[in-house]
Amino acid sequence: MAGPRVTVQTADFDLAAEAAALRAGDGGVGAVAAFIGTVRDRNDGHGIDSMELEHYPGMTERAIEAMIDEAQRRFAIRGARVIHRVGLLQRQDQIMMVAVTSAHRGEAFQACEFLMDYLKTQAPFWKKERTPQGAQWVDARVSDDAALAKWGIEKRNT
Amino acid sequence: MKVRVRFFASIREALGAGEGIDVDAGATVGAVRDALIARGGAHAAVLARGRALRCALDQVLCEETATVADGSELAFFPPVTGG
Repeated sequence: MAGPRVTVQTADFDLAAEAAALRAGDGGVGAVAAFIGTVRDRNDGHGIDSMELEHYPGMTERAIEAMIDEAQRRFAIRGARVIHRVGLLQRQDQIMMVAVTSAHRGEAFQACEFLMDYLKTQAPFWKKERTPQGAQWVDARVSDDAALAKWGIEKRNT
Repeated sequence: MKVRVRFFASIREALGAGEGIDVDAGATVGAVRDALIARGGAHAAVLARGRALRCALDQVLCEETATVADGSELAFFPPVTGG
């Protein structure tokens, strides 16, 4: 696989095209697992009109690169691709994607979940919701720390 | 020596994107936070002890016991909420 493993961008993305590129030319791939995060219309009981996403340029990419390196140490994966959008996003827009390739499904499923659990609490992104009552920063969830801890990684975010 | 301090998200909204500040040689990240809190006002409010705050030294997440170096980039930000 050629091309970048991590991209932070304002533009939308096409998972099918990314998955095709990720496994192109690699005959050893027997599984592609992927996750897409999208903008819900509600959060914690209130409506959401749109969402603004901020990141730490440079550090964000570097942090996710390190997470992929760790996923490759833990799981027999062949490739991984992470795209995360920033800027203004509307309800139902795609926010981010993770795609992982491996020989068999188990490793791809696991690595995909591992990367998501890691990214949720250790990659510098921040969401600000615009609601009918005004704009507010999204609170981090303790449950996301617990999700990362189940992989044996104790790095608290909250 | 000089370090570049950067803020993000809600902290950036309160304090601006950041600034260059002079710190003592051998200062820890926690000492820099304390120096900023000592300014009072908005700095004291959003960087206050007890508030959930994360920090990164030269673009890698760190603990407050980490030691800054001349020219370091030190960032303070709230818990992250991507994904």
